[in-house]
Amino acid sequence: MSRIADCFANLRKSGRKALIPYITAGDPTPVLTVALMTALVEAGADIIELGVPFSDPMADGPVIQRSSERALKHHVGLRTVLALVQDFRKDNAHTPVVLMGYANPIEALGRVQFVEQAVAAGVDGVLVVDYPPEECGSFAQQAQSAGLDTIFLLAPTSTEDRIREVAKVGSGYLYYVSLRGVTGSANLDLGDVAAHLPMIRAASSLPIGVGFGIRDAESAKRVAREADAVVIGSRIIQEIESAGPAAAVEQVKRFLRPIRLAMDEQG
Amino acid sequence: MQTSKWPDSAGHFGPYGGVFVAETLTHALGDLIEAYERYRVDPAFQDELRYELKHYVGRPSPVYHARRLSQKAGGAQIYLKREDLNHTGAHKINSTVGQAMLAVRMGKKRVIAETGAGQHGVASATVAARYGLECVVYMGAEDIKRQAANVYRMKLLGASVVSVESGSRTLKDALNEAMRDWVTNVDDTFYILGTVAGPHPYPMMVRDFQSVIGEECLTQMPDLAGRQPDAILACVGGGSNAMGIFYPYVDRDEVRLIGVEAAGEGLESGRHAASLCAGKPGVLHGNRTYLLQDEDGQITETHSISAGLDYPGVGPEHAWLKDCGRAEYVAVTDSEALAAFHDLCRLEGIIPALESSHAVAYAMKLAATMPSDRILLVNLSGRGDKDMHTVAERSGITF
Repeated sequence: MSRIADCFANLRKSGRKALIPYITAGDPTPVLTVALMTALVEAGADIIELGVPFSDPMADGPVIQRSSERALKHHVGLRTVLALVQDFRKDNAHTPVVLMGYANPIEALGRVQFVEQAVAAGVDGVLVVDYPPEECGSFAQQAQSAGLDTIFLLAPTSTEDRIREVAKVGSGYLYYVSLRGVTGSANLDLGDVAAHLPMIRAASSLPIGVGFGIRDAESAKRVAREADAVVIGSRIIQEIESAGPAAAVEQVKRFLRPIRLAMDEQG
Repeated sequence: MQTSKWPDSAGHFGPYGGVFVAETLTHALGDLIEAYERYRVDPAFQDELRYELKHYVGRPSPVYHARRLSQKAGGAQIYLKREDLNHTGAHKINSTVGQAMLAVRMGKKRVIAETGAGQHGVASATVAARYGLECVVYMGAEDIKRQAANVYRMKLLGASVVSVESGSRTLKDALNEAMRDWVTNVDDTFYILGTVAGPHPYPMMVRDFQSVIGEECLTQMPDLAGRQPDAILACVGGGSNAMGIFYPYVDRDEVRLIGVEAAGEGLESGRHAASLCAGKPGVLHGNRTYLLQDEDGQITETHSISAGLDYPGVGPEHAWLKDCGRAEYVAVTDSEALAAFHDLCRLEGIIPALESSHAVAYAMKLAATMPSDRILLVNLSGRGDKDMHTVAERSGITF
C-alpha cells in the first residue's frame, strides 16, 4: 500500500480527516523548505503538497504567483525540489509528499526520468494542473506502476461522465476544486461542496480532498464535515510572506494548529 | 503528405496541440468545441460572417505587386497581401469577428482578450463595440508602455485595459491572466484568443477564421500575376497571420511556405523570440509546441522590437508543419526588420507593422537569390502606425 493510502486508512480508523497544507518549494528561500515541511507536520499536517515553481502558473492567484516568483529568484526548479524532498525524507519516513505543479518542468526533465527520480527522492504523489486525463494516460500508468500516485482535479463544472473519466485514471485521492477561479480566491461555496461530493463518491472510492478558498479553522471544519481531506494553500503562503524568512517557520505552526484542532473536534 | 486534415478530433497536430488545461476549463472548452463545430457548417452563420468580412472589415484585401521593392531586392517579384488595409489595420479582425459572432450565439455577455502589440486588443474591443459586448483586454505592463496609442484606442472603443504586472509583463503573462479571468468567470465570458495557440479548439478555430487570407490569394494571384506564387512568407509570433495565408496552400506542395520569426538581437545573443528556430517542445498555454525555455522547463523571457512577435511559444500547427518539413522557419533580426520597414516606406509608400517587416526583410533576402520571373507573396499582416514611437525612438527622435 502506498504511503498516501496508508495515511487515509489510518485516519479513517481514528475517525479523523486529513489536513493537507500546500507550500511552494523554495519560498521564501530553499534553505527554509525542509524546516517549513517539518513545522507543518508538527502542527498536524497529514500530507504535504509541495509546489514546484513555474514561470507561468496559469491556475494560481496572486499569492501563489508571488511565492513562485520568490522561489524562481533562487532558481528553484524541479530538480532542486526533488533534492529538497530527499532532504526531508532523512528525518521523516511517514508523511506523504505530493508534488503539485505544471506540465512543462516535467516535460523538460522527461516523463520517465521524472517518475524514476521522484520515486527515488521519496515523493508519493503528483498533481499536474495542466495534465488532464486525456493528455497523460501513459504518464499516469508509468507513475502508478512505479508507486507514484497521480492526483487529479475535479471542478464544479465537471459533469458526471467527466468525473467517472477522471476517477478512472486517478489514484491516492481526488482533489475537488471548490470554486470557479484561481487559487486563493475568497468565495468558498460550501453548498456546492455538499452538492458535488455525493456525485464524486458515486463514481470513485478514492478519498476526496477539497481545496481552493479554505482560509481558516471555521471553513476547514465545515469542509471536513463533507470531505476526507482539507487542502490549504494560499493562506499559508500569506503567513510565510508576512512573517518573513526569520519568523516563517514558527508562524506556520501558529497558523495551522487551530485548524487541526477545529477539524479534530469534528470527529 | 496531406497535412491539411489536421488536427485530429482531440486537437492534436501530430505530437503537438491538445488540451493541456486545468479541469476548471475543460467544460468551457467542451462547450466551445460544440458551438464551433455546429456553426462552422451552419449556412446562416457563414453568410453573416461573409457579410461582416465584406462590409465591416473591408474584404477582400488586395494583393499588390511591389515593383520598386522587388527592383531594390534585385531578383524575384514581391507581392504583398494587404491585410494592413483591413478595418483596424491588421489581420486580427478576421478572427475576432468570427469569435464575437460565436460569443453572441453562445449567449455570452462579456468577452476577454490578451494582447501584445495591441492589435488583437483593438480588434477585440472593436467587435465588442460592434456586437454590444462588455470587453476586458489583458496587456503586459511592458507592452502598455510600448503601445500607448493602441491602449487609448481600446479605451475609446469602450474596453477596459488591465495592466498585467506578473512574470515578464508581456504577451505570455497577459495570456496567463486572461486564462485566470476565464476560469473565474467561465459562465458568462467568452475568451477571444488572438492567435493559433492555446488549447483546442483555438488553434484550429483561429486558423479557420484567418484562412480567408489564403483563400483570397488562391484566386487573386492567378488574376494579378498569372499564377500561384513560388513561395509565401509571413511573420510568426503566435503564428495566426501565417497560418491564415499558409493553410489554403498546405496541400500545394509546389508552393514553399516560409515563416519568419523574430531573431531580436540575433539568435546567438539569446535575446530573441524565435521558438521554432531555437526552442524545443514543451507544454504551455494549453498546448504542446516549441517553446523558449531553460533546462528546468521555465519559460524564458523573449525579446523583439515588435511586441506582436514577443512570445515564447508558437501555434502547434506550425510546430507540426516544421517537423514534417512542409514549412520552413527562419529568423530575422530587429535591425533587418527595421531596414525593410524603411524600404517599404520609401519605395512603396506603405508603412508596415514591425511584425510584418520581418517577413518583408526575409522576402528581400530570398528574392535576391532568385531570377526575376519567380514570385514571392508576403503577408503584410498589419500597418505600422502603432510603431511610430518605437521606430522614432530607434532613430533618436522624440515627439
